Amino acid sequence: MEKEALIPRIGVVTDIRRDTPDVKTFRVVGTDGNKLFTHIPGQCAMLSIPGVGEAMFSITSSPTLEEYMEFSIKKCGCLTAWLHQMEVGQEVLVRGPYGNGFPVEGAFRGKDLLFIAGGIGLAPLHSVINYCLAHRENYGHIDVVYGSRSMDDLVDLEEIKRDWIGAPDMDVYLTIDREQEGWDGHVGFVPTYVQELGFSTDKTAVLCGPPIMIHFTLEGLKKLGFADNQVFTTLEMRMKCGIGKCGRCNVGDKFVCKDGPVFSFDQLGELPDEY
Amino acid sequence: MMYQIPMESLDRLLAAIAAQQKLYLPTDNTAGEAVYTEWTQGAALSKKLNTLRSAKDFFFPQIQNMAKFRREGKKIEVIDDRAEADDFCIFGVRACDVRSFDVLDNVFLADPVDTWYETRRKHATVISLACTRPGETCFCHTFGIDAAKAGGDIQCWETKDTFYLEPLTEKGQALADALIAADGELLTQCGADQEALVEKETERIHKILEKLPLYDLKAEDNRERELELFRSKKWKELSSHCLGCGACTFVCPTCQCFDIEDFNNGETVQRYRCWDSCMYHDFTLMAAGTPRLTQTERFRQRFMHKLVYYPKAHDGLFSCVGCGRCLRKCPIHMNIVKVMETLKEEKE
Repeated sequence: MEKEALIPRIGVVTDIRRDTPDVKTFRVVGTDGNKLFTHIPGQCAMLSIPGVGEAMFSITSSPTLEEYMEFSIKKCGCLTAWLHQMEVGQEVLVRGPYGNGFPVEGAFRGKDLLFIAGGIGLAPLHSVINYCLAHRENYGHIDVVYGSRSMDDLVDLEEIKRDWIGAPDMDVYLTIDREQEGWDGHVGFVPTYVQELGFSTDKTAVLCGPPIMIHFTLEGLKKLGFADNQVFTTLEMRMKCGIGKCGRCNVGDKFVCKDGPVFSFDQLGELPDEY
Repeated sequence: MMYQIPMESLDRLLAAIAAQQKLYLPTDNTAGEAVYTEWTQGAALSKKLNTLRSAKDFFFPQIQNMAKFRREGKKIEVIDDRAEADDFCIFGVRACDVRSFDVLDNVFLADPVDTWYETRRKHATVISLACTRPGETCFCHTFGIDAAKAGGDIQCWETKDTFYLEPLTEKGQALADALIAADGELLTQCGADQEALVEKETERIHKILEKLPLYDLKAEDNRERELELFRSKKWKELSSHCLGCGACTFVCPTCQCFDIEDFNNGETVQRYRCWDSCMYHDFTLMAAGTPRLTQTERFRQRFMHKLVYYPKAHDGLFSCVGCGRCLRKCPIHMNIVKVMETLKEEKE
């Protein structure tokens, strides 16, 4: 019989990093040691452990990494708790990639890009930011505004300091919700910080984070003069199949797993407000 | 080409089909409900209007085993034990259920193809049967379905003394040819006179349909009104008594939402999918919450999907076939007909 999309392949975890008290990043390759599949930044994959569960995660690593894929995963349920206690060498089930991904070769080309993330919301943007950095000549100035509850909750802080801060034609603005010892950076919520920074409206903005952050940041961007078609986000919904058949992740007639997860706000404006 | 066989020889026809491939037909169970059962000698075709459960079970069963896994230490083994389906025949499918296969095809045969569904669909021959006595909960007409010409691979009519068969597809003709090859005296080719009798029978059925209470129900193309209907204030009232039991979903021939779960038997882990319902509170529940907080949003989803979202994605085809099962089974007597009529009022 022909290949069945819903039957997963085996992946091996080759590296585990603790990013924050509740976020770990897992490096996965196929059993032959090669990358399982190629993807577009913003696409997702289903990870599962037999008898524990299966869930959709965004692929955090950039497609430009040819040896492996990475997933930054926050511990928040059965499966994620299991993934957090596993050790290097553990096999996991993987299927994908799913979804449309960011228009890195379309609407983003040649644009100044403004990435705004909150908490674990950096995970899906991580892939696209690194993709843009790897193809630097195709994109304009890159701004990243990233905030979390505390210093310890900033995902990939080491990598941000090492690779992003100080990179040419790139500005990184970090913020945490409350004052903290050892933190001399900005303190305050992401939406307010974006307002204070006041970006020019010729940029293309990409938002990812908790719904409340997205709501207020979008409002702020509009106040600054951004149009809906200049702002992109990536949605999160319960999913079982990942291929538009199980009927669970629809927003109107669009399935987040297949037609999304990336939407511009003018696309979302035409859909029922239920996500 | 049309064939006929005397009604008293129907058993002979069924036995002849069953000699070719596995045959399923509606028979009455001990509770007096029509259910699809595998044919055995002496099985009597139900006289009921339609089966309790729809025919979707044949292609999208309530539980479908998907793959097995074995976990040992850090190792995982994937056992893909899918198999081609054997040829089988479903006999006596009504026009509404035949149309439901088109609705399901658009989902399961879309790229990437669902191989479990596809293999069953490929190996099935659908023999439909015109509704001799359509009933008061029937509204297939609303969706342009003709209860008197039921479609499928072979469409049939039963009259008082004669059973007529008309192959419509290559698959249907192949089965008819095989039946004739096995028993040259089983089927008689119809002449113009007999074909006129079939025409008369369809007219008789149409006359019954015209008198049914839901005959005038119109399905409106609401694709342009998606946001307006989504925001309608009527959903609250319509859903106010909904128990969220999901009975409508389970009897519905076009509802195809599913869940994927694992069952660990100690030796292996069986991954399976099973029917699910958008009417259930945990259907869209995530660690971060759910976008459908109350039964109103879940109720709205089910009907918006059937009447607006699905047609939007599939060229205007509705994801309701007017079989009336939900009208008969909803414990609070809420149904898609009331929803359609209420949304129409909204417009006026």
